[in-house]
Amino acid sequence: MARVSPKSMIWLGLFALTWLLATFGQGWLEAAGMGWAMQYPDAWVIPLKDSISAAMIWLVEEASFGLFTFTEFTRGISWMIEQPYNLARALLAEGFVEGHGRRAVQLVPPFSWIAVMAGVVALGHYARDWLLAAIVGAAFLYLAVFGQWESAMVTLASVVIAVPIGVAGGLLLGITAYRHPSFERILKPILDLMQTIPIFAYLVPILFMFGFGPVSALVATVIYAMPPMVRITTMALHAVDPEIKDFGVMSGCTRRQMTWRVLVPSARASLVVGVNQVIMLSLNMVIIASMIGAGGLGFDVLSALRRLNIGGGFEAGIAIVILAVAIDRLSQAFAQRATTFTPPPKGDTWIKRHPRSVIVLAILLVSYGVGLILPAVQTYPDAATLTTGKFWDNGVKYLNINFYDQFEAVKLFFLQGFLLPVKRFFLGIPWVWAIAMVTAIGWTFGGWKLALMNLLMAGFIAATGMWEKAMITVYLCGTSVVIASVIGIPLGVLAAVNERAGRIIGVLIDTLQTLPSFVYLIPVVMLFRIGDFTAMVAIVLYAVVPAVRYAAHGVRSVSPELIEAGVVSGCTKRQLLSRIRLPLALPEILLGLNQTIMLALSMLVITALVGTRDLGQEVYIALTKADTGRGLVAGFAIAFIAIIADRIITASARSARVRYGLESANG
Amino acid sequence: MRHILKRTLMGAAVGAFVATASLAEVESADPLKLTLHDWSGQLINTQIMGAVLEEAGYNVEYVQADYIAQCAGLKTGDLTLAMEIWATTGQEALDEAVATGKVENVGETGLQAIEEWWYPLYMKERCPGLPDWKALKACASEFATPETAPKGRYVGGPVTWGGFDEERVDALGLDFEVVHAGTDAALFAELESAYQRQAPVILWVYVPHWAPAKYEGEFVEFPPYTPECYSDPSWGVNPDKAYDCGKPRGPIWKAAWAGMKDKWPGAHKIVQAYTLTNEEMSAMVGEVDLDGKSVEDVVNAWMDANESRWQGWITQ
Repeated sequence: MARVSPKSMIWLGLFALTWLLATFGQGWLEAAGMGWAMQYPDAWVIPLKDSISAAMIWLVEEASFGLFTFTEFTRGISWMIEQPYNLARALLAEGFVEGHGRRAVQLVPPFSWIAVMAGVVALGHYARDWLLAAIVGAAFLYLAVFGQWESAMVTLASVVIAVPIGVAGGLLLGITAYRHPSFERILKPILDLMQTIPIFAYLVPILFMFGFGPVSALVATVIYAMPPMVRITTMALHAVDPEIKDFGVMSGCTRRQMTWRVLVPSARASLVVGVNQVIMLSLNMVIIASMIGAGGLGFDVLSALRRLNIGGGFEAGIAIVILAVAIDRLSQAFAQRATTFTPPPKGDTWIKRHPRSVIVLAILLVSYGVGLILPAVQTYPDAATLTTGKFWDNGVKYLNINFYDQFEAVKLFFLQGFLLPVKRFFLGIPWVWAIAMVTAIGWTFGGWKLALMNLLMAGFIAATGMWEKAMITVYLCGTSVVIASVIGIPLGVLAAVNERAGRIIGVLIDTLQTLPSFVYLIPVVMLFRIGDFTAMVAIVLYAVVPAVRYAAHGVRSVSPELIEAGVVSGCTKRQLLSRIRLPLALPEILLGLNQTIMLALSMLVITALVGTRDLGQEVYIALTKADTGRGLVAGFAIAFIAIIADRIITASARSARVRYGLESANG
Repeated sequence: MRHILKRTLMGAAVGAFVATASLAEVESADPLKLTLHDWSGQLINTQIMGAVLEEAGYNVEYVQADYIAQCAGLKTGDLTLAMEIWATTGQEALDEAVATGKVENVGETGLQAIEEWWYPLYMKERCPGLPDWKALKACASEFATPETAPKGRYVGGPVTWGGFDEERVDALGLDFEVVHAGTDAALFAELESAYQRQAPVILWVYVPHWAPAKYEGEFVEFPPYTPECYSDPSWGVNPDKAYDCGKPRGPIWKAAWAGMKDKWPGAHKIVQAYTLTNEEMSAMVGEVDLDGKSVEDVVNAWMDANESRWQGWITQ
């Protein structure tokens, strides 16, 4: 590997040329009268965003299916989602009331906190054992004791509605894609877009179509959370043992029986993984959903931070983490349970067969009754709640007052030594040259198909007048990904080779993944001021998770025989790591890099709230101005950057696997 | 009572399940939908309006909505009433919506918005001559940070707020760099951070807001705004450039769906009559954001203390 191949020489030369162009290109091109190659001329911009906005207005105001208009159709869907949602919300959080506002009278109270606790504990016991029951119970007790109960129940109500819709929709789409390969080909790019277009970009059209309020928030959540379910369903059905399929055919199954009686049950274990993904992604959406009317914990985070109540925001954020952990553990337990099914003993009465349901039902009824006399049974008393808010406020204040100069020095070091040079580099490349390079990279790794796709996508970004913002996006995201990898990959390797460190790192990254990024955005602003560095810190905190996870997974899954072979041939520990573990984990690490890029891009929209000048800001401005076209065009530009990066990395990961003999070249 | 209020505020949608109370005296028992945003002043303002409408017998629902995006909802009638459209930040959106004929400007809330450059009082020692804007010319470097030095650093609002600060800096010959915060929260996080360290800071502050109550400081006094200043370069201290003056001040408007007048004429009259003052609002915002009281408690206290006033709006 030490010899430089002619191919790498060409790439090195091209990079040097790009650097020269980025540094001196502007002067040369202007001297040659080719200024248009440096800055995309305004006159060439295709007014796509105006067309999209106009199409949206037509859709909402005029489009009709004959019997009913498009708006009536979407509002009908909205109404259908609203009914079960209102029911869930009434049962869990608000009770049934008559009248509105101050004159409202509560007819039936919601489930008491004791009854909900009993319910989740019973679920935990049913799904696995008393230990799980205790964990889930403790999580819900935390919500009550820290005064987050009511908001948490509002959030839970939206999860309870969004998840079944996402799972059912994902299952149906996945089955259809499995049955009709042509449908799968159409669906795949749509799924890519659903996962890469920032949610902010399509919030405005959703608000137009589904009206203001929690339903729009639910629809946005489902769009965001469904794609993994679709992918996992198709994958799981393809993976069903052919012998099981043959058995189904031999016993004369109809198509419908084949799907629902044979394929889906056999794929059940994988499908539950999909359900778990839908749940976690729905909880990720909690904050954004609360911006358009979902309420609950997300709204608490937002309004606390608006008042610079850092502690309050942190507590509500931790409550989201706790809720996510509880639901995650429960759903994983159900996943494992699914494979060890024991038929219930026959002949017993319903009560004997369902002891937990009976107990929970009894607690529910009793707590209703007692709650009428003792309100503490119905609603956890405010007086008994705890708060750690002051602790967090003072912590940030202490850091700010005592360590500000140190933070400032670190910040300046990174800004001047790393961020600003990279920024100048990306903004200096003439767009014509950049598109040519992206196309060439596509050609090398993926042949003419990838080259053409890269050309079209990069061309779209230039043609819609987004080039400069896109380059700032690439710069901000690129530097963050580099730093996230530099921090994350060694941590991942450490977690894999040292078990105790692995446990600590595991808890840390689980928390980082589910803690809403808003919670740490404001303290980061306080310590580093508004600017690119602050945005980068926030992006790194969020995007470091997959870098750690995939590196750890890659190093752990190196086959023990190869390690043994290394030990036998006398490798030192260091050699084992650098010669065997790391090279073999490379494909996994590259996949982790891929995910890091995806998360960094999705975080850009959030960092626009700090004040950046990239595509994320464009999406955010479009949201506040309710400009459908502008938001979607910028959203597509972000999605295309993500897809280009994804395809290139996937292709190079594949060639790495081929090189190390983990996959055949034509497989 | 308070308890029940809180519950219903959080999800008025539950009403869809139970028959709404029959009210003989109002034109329609359908709920009026009032929009809630994410700053306390607006929540207080809206919930006082809602409480008064309820006292008059109307049904009220609160809907969480974005400040500018709500215009789309007001046009279709999804939303009925928005209580705070600031002339300083929302005028353009409001004018555009009113021009479609689907949204009506119901008049002033009585609150006056002030938006201007603002500095904490301790900066007066380092830059004598403040609040006069000319002092900023001499001591811009006092407001510098390593990234902007030797220029001063001014933290402006989100780009969507407009404000013409780059133009102002240029026209008045101020040696400042304008840095835009992405949101209100980021803007005041800068202030909180600097204030804790007694570090230099100058930024965009607006009232009614809790910040002037929490931090001691003053607005910079620029040449007062006139429409000519923004449109006519020859006006003002700089004969060649526009924007050589302060930011406009203006009322906070109430905006309603145009169909409200016909569906709930009585409610429409009450909304027209409703006014608060800056002093009342600042005090209430302070109680919520600084003393940690709940919005509901503050609204209830106002309703108890001002019964004759709101009765007057109802029985006019």
